[in-house]
Amino acid sequence: MEAFGLLLHGFHVLLTWKTLAVMMVGLVLGIFVGVLPGLGGPNGVAILLPLTFTMDPTSAIVMLSCIYWGALFGGAITSILFNIPGEAWSVATTFDGYPMAQQGKAPEALTAAFTSSFIGSLAAVLLITFLAPGIAAFALQFGPPEFFAVYLLTFCSFVGLGREDKHKTIISMTLGLLFAGIGMDTVSGTLRMTFGWNELLRGINFLVAVIGLFGISEILLTMEERLALRGHTASISLRVVLRVWKDLPRYWVTLLRSSVIGCWLGITPGGAIAASFMGYNLAKRFSKDKDSFGKGRIEGVFAPETAAHASGTSALLPMLALGIPGSGTAAILLGGLMVWGLNPGPLLFVEHKDFVWGLIASMYLGNVVGLVLVLTTVPVFAAVLRVPFSAIAPMIVVSCAIGAYAIQNAMFDIWLMLVFGVVGYVFKKIGIPLAPFTLALVLGNRAEDAFRLAMIGAGGDLRVFWSNGLVGSITTLALILLFWPLISPLFERASRLWRPAGGSRAA
Amino acid sequence: MPTMPSPEADIVVDDPTAPADNSPSVVSTRTVEIVVSVLLLALAGIFCFDNWRTGIAWEADGPQPGYFPFYLGVLLAGASLYGLIATLVTRTGAARIFLTHDQLRRVMQVFIPTLLFCLFTQWLGLYVASFLLIAGFMRIIGRIALWKSLLTAFLFAVIMFFTFDVAFDMIMPKGPLEAAFGY
Repeated sequence: MEAFGLLLHGFHVLLTWKTLAVMMVGLVLGIFVGVLPGLGGPNGVAILLPLTFTMDPTSAIVMLSCIYWGALFGGAITSILFNIPGEAWSVATTFDGYPMAQQGKAPEALTAAFTSSFIGSLAAVLLITFLAPGIAAFALQFGPPEFFAVYLLTFCSFVGLGREDKHKTIISMTLGLLFAGIGMDTVSGTLRMTFGWNELLRGINFLVAVIGLFGISEILLTMEERLALRGHTASISLRVVLRVWKDLPRYWVTLLRSSVIGCWLGITPGGAIAASFMGYNLAKRFSKDKDSFGKGRIEGVFAPETAAHASGTSALLPMLALGIPGSGTAAILLGGLMVWGLNPGPLLFVEHKDFVWGLIASMYLGNVVGLVLVLTTVPVFAAVLRVPFSAIAPMIVVSCAIGAYAIQNAMFDIWLMLVFGVVGYVFKKIGIPLAPFTLALVLGNRAEDAFRLAMIGAGGDLRVFWSNGLVGSITTLALILLFWPLISPLFERASRLWRPAGGSRAA
Repeated sequence: MPTMPSPEADIVVDDPTAPADNSPSVVSTRTVEIVVSVLLLALAGIFCFDNWRTGIAWEADGPQPGYFPFYLGVLLAGASLYGLIATLVTRTGAARIFLTHDQLRRVMQVFIPTLLFCLFTQWLGLYVASFLLIAGFMRIIGRIALWKSLLTAFLFAVIMFFTFDVAFDMIMPKGPLEAAFGY
């Protein structure tokens, strides 16, 4: 198998002391970010991104992806010990995780959470290993019309399938696309929407916006709430780990089901939250003993954690193979890749083999090292929460400012970050989702370039998007997804007309 | 089953200045939604005008530079207008509180220091500004002992300086203090 050989090569690239050290640093930073209130996966990666600017791309992406794994592991610690979900997708983990901690079974719950995160990620990484090269090879045949159709599909699925108010998703997305267009137009060289303001010539940097939207706004939101904590400490002994692992095969159906759900939903945008709840609910529905869920059942920890992490990891699949991120954090990683001059997408697999397979190998290794690290150091990280927030908040603000400034060495970016912080705060409170904005800002220019190149190739004829079977079906699918909220009631009505006939036949 | 905090919680962190639940409302969600919709409409208008000036026509080889952003602006305006009308027509959001008095106080406690920090960064450089921000924030808002605040802030600023400016060679904004040391 070709993938296997390349993967081995990836491990070979990776197994140097320097890379392993970078990996450990990334994981520790990531767990910190996951445990601390007011920080999480996306903002942690965004703030720490500038740290990696001076590294070579492979070390840099290894460090960033390890920050991401670390943050995912860290989120489980606060959910179980403190009943505080660090991220929306950890909410389902608190249902049974916190009751277990109250019953003095915190070590078991934590072991279960970490182990199932590991299993979920592993399932998704396997999927990436064997599917991504194929998809990338297929996508190599894509021309500008096909790429534009895929971008369109991404944007439309956000609008059609998102749970937020449709007009709010559209506001967020169009705003992101407009901001992406600020500055020099790459096709014609014309200045757009700069209003004679020199600082805007460079355009609005994606990472600056992300640091403001996620970092600064999160601090403001956290301060609004009661910051008192009550929780448990726990240290995990080898005996507990072995006992939980010995029981693991009993739950193989749950683990498998959650992995599949997670992998599937992770590829579609914004899936991790849905995946964790779906994993939990299905485990409950298929259980013989439904009432014991929510009272500290270990299966109730396995199910959502596996699904959330499978989903969080498989979100990297479309990013690597097509250059389209499946989640907010994947979008930020994509922004990072572009900083190093790497263009995510099918060509990456051809032009930067070392890099891609190094990254995929680091997903395996990072998860193993991460699992061992969290299992052994939980008490240290739980104690981090003793540090008062009034000491942490200003440090996060300073880190955000350093991150924003370092990207282009511009003071203007620090101000921009502050503005985005306020915007993010208000948007979150009135329910305008930030993920479409992030995605639109990072993909906007590429989508527009693809569209205009397609137009130049076709002489301005829009029918190019239906010129062959492939591009035609992607475009059509995109339009169906866009109007899905209008189409699905029609289907329901049609099936209701259908059903009485079927029902009477059955009776 | 309600989950009561168990008596033997091991880590307890109190928050004496937490916002009270019954604090009076400053502004309702409905009002904020209306204001944001109007602002977005205005922004869309400005963007559309600028792109119209750049050129929004469709030429033989596809759209002019302003074409795409112009219609995105139109979409943004449409969605904001829809939001505005929907908020004005339904009155349900009026009861929902956007921000209470206590919450506003707490948010301002972070926002104003952050704003001052950005201003000071421009004049004094990032490291001095971060020392002032951390020490001031810990002392005044966190009510942490003065020596602890000063020490933490000093250590943090020094570690940041050596991490970024020295080890990673990333040049941060500097002010008179760094100049005195020859950086």
